Amino acid sequence: MRIALFITCFNDTLFPRTGQAVVRLLERLGHEVVFPLEQTCCGQMHFNSGYHDEALPLVRRFARVFRDEPLIVSPSGSCVAMVRDHYPHVAKESGDPELIEAVRTLGERTFELSELLIDVLGLGDVGAYYPHRVTYHPSCHALRMLHIGDKPLQLLRAVRGIDLVELPAAEQCCGFGGTFAIKNADTSIAMLDDKLTNVQETGAEVCTAADNSCLMHIGGGLSRQRAGVSAVHLAEILASTEAEPFGVPAVGSGDAITVVRA
Amino acid sequence: MTTSASWPDVPAFPLAAKSALADAQMRRNIGMATSTIREKRTGVVEEMPDWEQLREAGRALKERTLRHLDEHLLTLEESVTRAGGVVHWARDGDEANAIVTRIAKSKGVSEVVKVKSMATVEIELNEALEAAGITALETDLAELIVQLGRDRPSHILVPAIHRNRAEIRDIFRRTIGPETLTDEPAELAEAARRFLRERFLRARVGVSGANFAVAETGAIAVLESEGNGRMCTTLPETLITVCGIEKLVPAWQDLEVFLQLLPRSSTAERMNPYTTLWSGARDDDGPREFHLVLLDNGRTDSLADELARQTLACIRCSACLNVCPVYERTGGHAYGSVYPGPIGAILTPQLAGMRAAGSLPFASSLCGACYEVCPVKIDIPTVLVHLRDRSNKERAAASLKGRLDPERLALKAVAKGFATRGRYERLQKLGRLGQWPLARKGKIERLPGELGGWTKARDLMPIPDQTFREWWVEREASR
Amino acid sequence: MNAARDAILARVRAALRDVPEAERADDVAVARDYRTEGTLPHAEVVALFAENCADYRANVREVDAAGLPGAIAEALAARGARRLAIPADLPAQWRAGDGVEWVEDHGLSHDALSAVDGVVTGCAVAVALNGTIALDGGVAQGRRALTLLPDYHLCVVHAEQVVELVPEGIARLREAALAGQPMTIVAGPSATSDIEFNRVEGVHGPRTLDVLVVTG
Ligand code: SF4
Repeated sequence: MRIALFITCFNDTLFPRTGQAVVRLLERLGHEVVFPLEQTCCGQMHFNSGYHDEALPLVRRFARVFRDEPLIVSPSGSCVAMVRDHYPHVAKESGDPELIEAVRTLGERTFELSELLIDVLGLGDVGAYYPHRVTYHPSCHALRMLHIGDKPLQLLRAVRGIDLVELPAAEQCCGFGGTFAIKNADTSIAMLDDKLTNVQETGAEVCTAADNSCLMHIGGGLSRQRAGVSAVHLAEILASTEAEPFGVPAVGSGDAITVVRA
Repeated sequence: MTTSASWPDVPAFPLAAKSALADAQMRRNIGMATSTIREKRTGVVEEMPDWEQLREAGRALKERTLRHLDEHLLTLEESVTRAGGVVHWARDGDEANAIVTRIAKSKGVSEVVKVKSMATVEIELNEALEAAGITALETDLAELIVQLGRDRPSHILVPAIHRNRAEIRDIFRRTIGPETLTDEPAELAEAARRFLRERFLRARVGVSGANFAVAETGAIAVLESEGNGRMCTTLPETLITVCGIEKLVPAWQDLEVFLQLLPRSSTAERMNPYTTLWSGARDDDGPREFHLVLLDNGRTDSLADELARQTLACIRCSACLNVCPVYERTGGHAYGSVYPGPIGAILTPQLAGMRAAGSLPFASSLCGACYEVCPVKIDIPTVLVHLRDRSNKERAAASLKGRLDPERLALKAVAKGFATRGRYERLQKLGRLGQWPLARKGKIERLPGELGGWTKARDLMPIPDQTFREWWVEREASR
Repeated sequence: MNAARDAILARVRAALRDVPEAERADDVAVARDYRTEGTLPHAEVVALFAENCADYRANVREVDAAGLPGAIAEALAARGARRLAIPADLPAQWRAGDGVEWVEDHGLSHDALSAVDGVVTGCAVAVALNGTIALDGGVAQGRRALTLLPDYHLCVVHAEQVVELVPEGIARLREAALAGQPMTIVAGPSATSDIEFNRVEGVHGPRTLDVLVVTG
């Protein structure tokens, strides 16, 4: 199947590994991945920060770039939620009937990775191997906007060699929230502290999620606390096989989130 | 309405939150109380197989109310008048306070008994009455604790949620006695009963809010637990009810939805102990004189915003506060408004204006827990980002400082940069180059300026040497 | 004050400019696809009411019609209640119990109501799903203050007054509502959740609620 990758500006720039993992995973499963190079950003950051006029051209751009793609995947729950839940709203506010029409079907064609694997491709087991103790943080937008439920957990449970441990108070927000993490840094950090305590309580080596934004926040806190726990995107775990391990970023040295080139 | 969450010069919420976060006792009290109520709420909601249908009906009924509010208001006025009540209209808090004060004065009283009402806190009715020489006695236990402790409310249902039983005991010992009081909740409740009983019996004027006002029949509904609401609305000769214009429901039948949604969402009970419903006034039951004050005070401003209008559907259950991870940590005072938590973050800026409360829509991580529990399905996260946009725009329009806000300039620049592929890719390279003075041993531990908030407790990974698209292009080329 | 009224109505209308002129309130669709009619057999409805009402620490007992006077007398004796306020139209056979003084309410003062040992009334309707009892001032119910000031309330509920769901209860109260009757809906004795969100029974209203459900 032809699947267009929407990498997101955030992953493109900061977490290229995650994109590489998505490509490797989908190609291993026999699909054709295309990457429209004209894509930039879905506009979520601008929209959520309250710069709707600035978000609008990005929404237009996204709609144009992905207009003819039948199936779009993104390793970001929150960017998919932006496309599915907020695009219709942005389009409506713009009063542009063409845009309203253009975004109408976008939401139905755009999927978060675990949704794609389970709902579209009908896969529970992607044949991954990942011999590590892992805990899963359900990021808020994936959980409450996309309602992906336990889809990532279903996929993780099928991973061979994994020691999956439940995260206490998993559904509590980690405190990232985009510009909230900076504008309301103290509150954000108070929320993060509780998340970190819960992550560490599991004794996991790896904390995973469907959103690198939350993982950057959680991973940044783990690194600062020299917790010896890595933050790793779900795609990277699923991409890993016995023959071709995707690797865990080095931990323990204080640079837990140093990127290891694939 | 007064708030202390104002722009442009103070980042009000973040500062207030900072000191609140440092109050470990308060954080513990609120954390304990909200986790208790969260669990209970889940229990009583899960036993309802038609909860989602009720929520949807609640939402739709409020939409029906709000889209035709003028018509319903006139119907209500007619119904209440027919039932022997007097209807007053107040454009703002001052007008409402003047009406209540005038009526109370005409009865020659020096004290009125009050049942907890957010609307009267919003308009600072107690202070207005005080200024006219009339004491307004709060009779709701939590409200009484706040009043006796000369404190501020921090929760819309349990205003003293930030106080634990030992603190309440100390406040009571200091004020209403007895000296030997223990911190047993039953004993604390008994102390309040003794203190208020006499006052209820001799009260001649009662003041209440309204949970619902039924346009069709003129019935006003007050839901409560302790019986103080019944006392205040039944015993005095004169009853004055201050009711926000959004509290209407069109028909008697509509109560079948809201009387199910509200108790389960607020105190997490199948039903609250007491609900009083009355229309107008009569000679043989309850007050002989009834005054209904219909209050606007900014509500029509909210009504005018098509997207944010849904805020007025709120039935003040407080479920959104109880699940909010921000509220749980900062408590209610940090919001600087009588309406704290997620509902406060969207309601206060609309009632008080962005200038006064423009920082509140930003006091959220947009986690969506509030929307998930809201019994009338107010999409709080979407309203929040909508109000952020309004706040940013109004702030930029108001001052040069607002226009030069670093975040605004940065996001505008980024948006420009993301407009074409070429610019976007150049920005990526620029970011990689720009970070080199900051990175140490594979991570960034300190960022300059406002971004420093990030690195207070979080390291940042440097931008990798190769973007995803560079890798992709390279791979495609080598195929 | 008409100025304020006119101003508010004008503001409301201006705010609602987006609502089409021709739209009526009832055009805004409201799906009432929640439960509106009960499905349980009536005996189970009554049992569910008893269970849910007792859940609020009300004392609920089922009796048959013949046993009602005896049950009332027993309940009063158990509470040591000797002076009982009652609505003037309380059925004669409910006024049971040795040495009990029945004080009919013909406009008793608040102090007088506070001074009695308790009150005996009937009710208008009871709802099983949430264990509530509604009084609408109809037969054997009296005015609101009557069931508020005494510290003890004995309420007689006839099985046929019990409905399963809240919408059924609200429907039964509709006539009284249209007549402008004030009402009280009661769920157990008075209580508060204001201290650390834990429920404590007994604040200003009656601290003890006995409910006799008359079946058969
Ligand atoms: S916004 Fe919704 S959840 Fe929050 S208080 Fe209002 S009705 Fe309750």
